[in-house]
Order: sequence, then C-alpha cells, then structure tokens
Amino acid sequence: MIETFVVPILKILVLLNAVLVSVTFMTLLERKIIAWVQVRLGPMRVGPHGVLQPIADAVKLLLKEDITPSRADKWVFTLAPIVSMVPALIAFAVIPFDREASFFGYRIPLYIADINVGLLYIVSITSIGIYGIILAGYASNSKFPLLAGLRASAQLVSYEIAVTMMLVSLVVNAGTLSMVGIVEAQLQQGVWYAFLQPVAFVVLFIGGLAETNRAPFDLPEAEQELTGGFHTEYSGMRFALFFLAEYANMIVVSAVATTLFLGGWLRPFPGVEALWLLDYVPGWLWFFLKTFAFIYIFMWIRATLPRYRYDQLMRLGWKVLIPLGIVNLVITATLKVLL
Amino acid sequence: MFDTSELVINMGPQHPSTHGVLRVVLRLDGERVIDCDIVIGYLHRGIEKLCEHRDWAQIVLITDRMDYVSAATNNLGYVETVEKLMSVEVPARARYIRTILSELQRIASHCLWLGTHAMDIGAMTVFLYAFRERELVLDLFEEYCGARLTYNSMRIGGLPLDIPPGWDRKVRAFCDILESKVPEYEELLTQNRIWRDRTRGIGVIGGEEAVALGLSGPVLRGSGVPRDIRKDEPYAAYADFEFDVPVGAAGDTYDRYLVRMEEFRQSMRIIRQAIDGLPEGPIMGKVPRLIKPPAGEAYHAIESPKGELGYFIVSDGKSNTPYRFRVRPPSFCNLQALPRLIKGHLVSDVVALIGSIDIVVGEVDR
Repeated sequence: MIETFVVPILKILVLLNAVLVSVTFMTLLERKIIAWVQVRLGPMRVGPHGVLQPIADAVKLLLKEDITPSRADKWVFTLAPIVSMVPALIAFAVIPFDREASFFGYRIPLYIADINVGLLYIVSITSIGIYGIILAGYASNSKFPLLAGLRASAQLVSYEIAVTMMLVSLVVNAGTLSMVGIVEAQLQQGVWYAFLQPVAFVVLFIGGLAETNRAPFDLPEAEQELTGGFHTEYSGMRFALFFLAEYANMIVVSAVATTLFLGGWLRPFPGVEALWLLDYVPGWLWFFLKTFAFIYIFMWIRATLPRYRYDQLMRLGWKVLIPLGIVNLVITATLKVLL
Repeated sequence: MFDTSELVINMGPQHPSTHGVLRVVLRLDGERVIDCDIVIGYLHRGIEKLCEHRDWAQIVLITDRMDYVSAATNNLGYVETVEKLMSVEVPARARYIRTILSELQRIASHCLWLGTHAMDIGAMTVFLYAFRERELVLDLFEEYCGARLTYNSMRIGGLPLDIPPGWDRKVRAFCDILESKVPEYEELLTQNRIWRDRTRGIGVIGGEEAVALGLSGPVLRGSGVPRDIRKDEPYAAYADFEFDVPVGAAGDTYDRYLVRMEEFRQSMRIIRQAIDGLPEGPIMGKVPRLIKPPAGEAYHAIESPKGELGYFIVSDGKSNTPYRFRVRPPSFCNLQALPRLIKGHLVSDVVALIGSIDIVVGEVDR
C-alpha cells in the first residue's frame, strides 16, 4: 500500500515543488550571473543581496491584470501557456537523481518512474512544449507573435531531428532506452558517454539551447526584433508561465544531458578505483553539481553571444547538425558491430 | 485562400530597437522585407524655426537638443558657422579644447552606438561594457561644464570656461583606460562567428551609390570613400594633428562596424596629441558684447560622430536673431539609405541596419 501509492505521490509532490521553487530562484540566479558578467550587482533591494526578488516578482505577476486581447482565440490563448508548462514538468518523471536513498529505514529510489522507454518519453514530451509557443503566436492574433510562432516551428523541425539522431547513437552505445539503464551502462563501461560520444554531446547541447529557446537561439522571443515575440500579448501569471516553462525546460535539458553524458549520479571517473574518496559524496549531489554546471553554461552563453538569424539557424540545423548526426550514428553502429 | 499574401507590420514608433521614436512600416513576405517606408516626425520640435526667434548666443543651447548624444559637436558646428559669418579669430587654446571636447564626444557617441548596435543583434553584455566607458566621458564633461548630456559647452568666439586644473591629466588617464577596453569589445564581437554571420553582406552599398544618396560619416567610409571633413576641410584644430581616416571595403554592416571601432583609436590619438600640444593663452576671441553678424550667409560643416553636420545660417545684419537657420543633419540624410539597404533582407536585419547607420531621432526630426 505505502510502497505503491503513498511513496510515489509524496515523491511527485516533493519533486514538483522542488522544481517550481528552483525555477523561481533560477530567475534570480540568471539575473545575478548575467549581472556579474556585465560588471553589475544585479538585484540587491529585496532581501539581502536580492534573495527575495523571485518572491516579489511572483507576487507582482499574480496581482497583475490578466488581459486577453479581444480579437484573440480565447481557448487557444489560455491553452498555450499550459501546453508549454506541463511537458516541462512531467518530463522530470523519468529523470533519475540517484540510485536510491534511505528515509526512515525505507530504501527509496530517487526517481519517480523507470520506464523502459524513458529516453523516448523525454524526447516526445519535450517536443510538445514548443507547441505552446506556436499556439501562443497563433492565438494572439497579432503580427509579431505570429512571426515568432513561425520561427518557433522552423526551429523545432531543424533541431529535433539532429538531437534525436544523436540520442540514437547514444542508445546504440548503451543498449537501453531506460534512463537508469543508461547511467548503469556508463558505470559498467567505466566511462562517461561525453568522452565516448563527444560529437553527440556537443550537438545535444546546441540542440538543447535551441529547444529551450535560449540565447543564441532565442529567436521566438527576440526582444529587439519582435518586441518579445510570442508573449507580446500575454500579461500576469500567464506570461509568467512561459518563463517558468523556459527555466523548467532548461533544468530538464541540463538534467537529461547530465544523465546521458555525464553519468548522472556517478562520480567522475567511475571506473577508476584510486579515486574511492569521491564515493563519499552522495550521488544526488554529483547529479545536482553537474546539472548546475550546465545551467551555468546556459546563462553564461546568454550573456556572451549575439543572436542567430532565423535562416542561419535553419542552415546550421539542416546542413551541419543533421548530416553530422547521421555520420555519427553510422560510425557508432559500425564500431559497435565490429568491436 | 491559399494564395500568398504580404504582411505589413509596423515597427515603431514605440519599439525596443528603433533608437527613439522612429516608425518603420515593413512589407513582409514571410520574414523577408519587400519594401519599407520610414515615417519620421514624432520628435519634431521645430528647432530650426525656434532658432530664428532666439538671439545668437541663446541658440547654442538649442543645438544641444538635436543630436542629444553628441551635444558638443552640435555646439561646435553652430559656433563655427557664426564665427565664419562674423570672421572672428578663435584663440588657439580654445580651438584645441574644442577639438578635445568633440573627440571625447565622438568616443561617447560611438560607445552608445556600439552598445545599442550589439544589443540589437543580441549581444547584451557589450552594451553594459560600452556604457561603462561612456560614463567616464560624461564624468569628464561634467567636470568641465557641469552638465552630462546637454553641455552648452561653447560660445561664439571661444569657450565659456577654461579646463579645470588637472582635467588634462584625467583625459589622458581616460584614454589609457579606453585603450585597454576597446580590445575587450572587439574580443566579444569582431571575430565572433555569429556576429560576422549577422553583419557580413548585410545592407551592402557601393561607394558611388553611397555618395549619390548623400551619405556621410562612417556609413560612407564603410563603403570605401575616404571622405572625412576633419581631414578634407579641417576645422577647429584638426589641421595640427596626425590621424588616419579608416575606410571599409565591402560597404556592409560589418565594415561600418570596423570603421567605427577604428575611429575609437583615432580619436584617442587626436586627444593625446591635443593634450600634449595644448597652448597657453586666452579662451575667448574678440567678440562684441552684442552679437550681430553682418548681412550675409554661411554654410559650414563639421564631422559629427554620425557624419557631415552642416549649418546654413543667413543673417540680415539688422536683427539680433538669424534670418534663416537650417541644419543639414547627418542622421536624417543617412536614414534615407535605409529602405535601399533593407530590401531583400530579413526582419532581424532591419534592426541590425538601423543600428548600423547610427541615427538619433532627435536629429532626424529636429
């Protein structure tokens, strides 16, 4: 009874809250990191060093008037933020934070589900998220969001294929689609897949930037060109949902990249016995450190790089990344058969 | 139902990257710009007419309000035109300080251009870095004349104030700081793959066409035409200094960027020479207390950070206001190249191009 119902529901509750809280504070983290890059202080007013800023922001957004433009498609307009938020949250279901941990004598695995098609589940769920942006662009019945919606769909088709191709070559290596299985395969082979599949790692990272609409691929919201793009007509909490979704997606992509390429909860060099001291650091801590490193790089890139143009992004996707993906897959498969 | 139709969008007058209240109406096919129409006048304050109702000395402060990010060069253009009309001899010290001020102003204006241009293309950190250095220039101006934006820093016949003690040392220290910061901007942009992809081959205009369109300043020099009024028709004290006029080759956004980056260095070079050779002496020439230029007309142009800034002033010799006051603003003339440059590019390039021709709407509309 407890094993089948109470524990999973508790886990889901804890995870959802943890994700939402960390997403809120990631906005602060991003503002701080970008501020430091730009030789500024960032938010300093609300609480010591601005730590309460996200709460103030949330209160402000909740109290704002929720406007639906009169010519908008009301149902779709309401649906769009939900469509972009929900996939970002449910993608966490298959991400393993650690093998297991013990609470009050129970040994509880630190993941909600270990389905045997975990990776497929993530790929399909995360690609639903972009529909939120496309729908928002369409439903606003406004020109700038419409252009943003077009850009989002172009971006989706250019990157999904390349990223999926890379994931396939990873699966060829691991021999399983289960997220836990992939980490354990890395433990058995004694090496993080980032070293075994460097091309896939880099492409997945670039694709991750594009999928989460982060700079330099933040075309759908391109503030300077499209005045905010898809969320131009949104206000209040619905507007905030898009941002929560963006940050949640960032965590998802970082966590997935950590699981697939940096060995999830494994310590660095899992195959090297001499580093046994590192085993004293709990697995989930390794996981969070690696995920955080990814998130930091996301923010760092946003502070540094200019934005790609829409046709250049498509060119990069179709002419560089997809051929690279195919070549990588063929080489991986050939080596797998030969060795 | 399934035919292709064009989309007309309105960029501005309130838009994050139109650098003021500029309205650009774009006709789009997908994201490609087929045609564009520029609507100006949202910031029209009637400055030319206003100046015809102010006496000669009061006009200096109105000129501040045209190109409000480079007020000192606006002042310089006006006072030199009146001096030409009155045939007043300006003391060497005043001319040197004017040169220093207008080169500092060029640096400040280019800092603002660099920051906003980079921000339009999405590189937001450069904006903060460039504004950090612009702040130092504004501090220098504040120390010189008390104002940070609209300086009112020149008088007909000379200058209102001599430089404060130690100011020249601070200017030199600023040059040293900027010298180390310009490579920092370049590191973020010049060799950046995305920056080059975004700016190369965008808005290409050949030298001949640029001349025909009446372009001037860095926009013209980016197309390979070595026209710089500081060199060709020296004013203030420019004849005494050595400096190069950087020119581009391709005439695209990237070349215009490179020209302006090099101008940072040339401005520092001029400032250093001017500080070293700063002569002693008075700062005001012999000007009557009541300024009343003889009847006649004069056109005088200077190289403002944005291009050729010319004043055409007619005096009737009787009243103590100009009879006719006309400005040839570089932003206005350069802006007319925009529809020609934009055609066939994408929406993202529109903002890159508006940034690249470096307009200030206060000067376009006057």
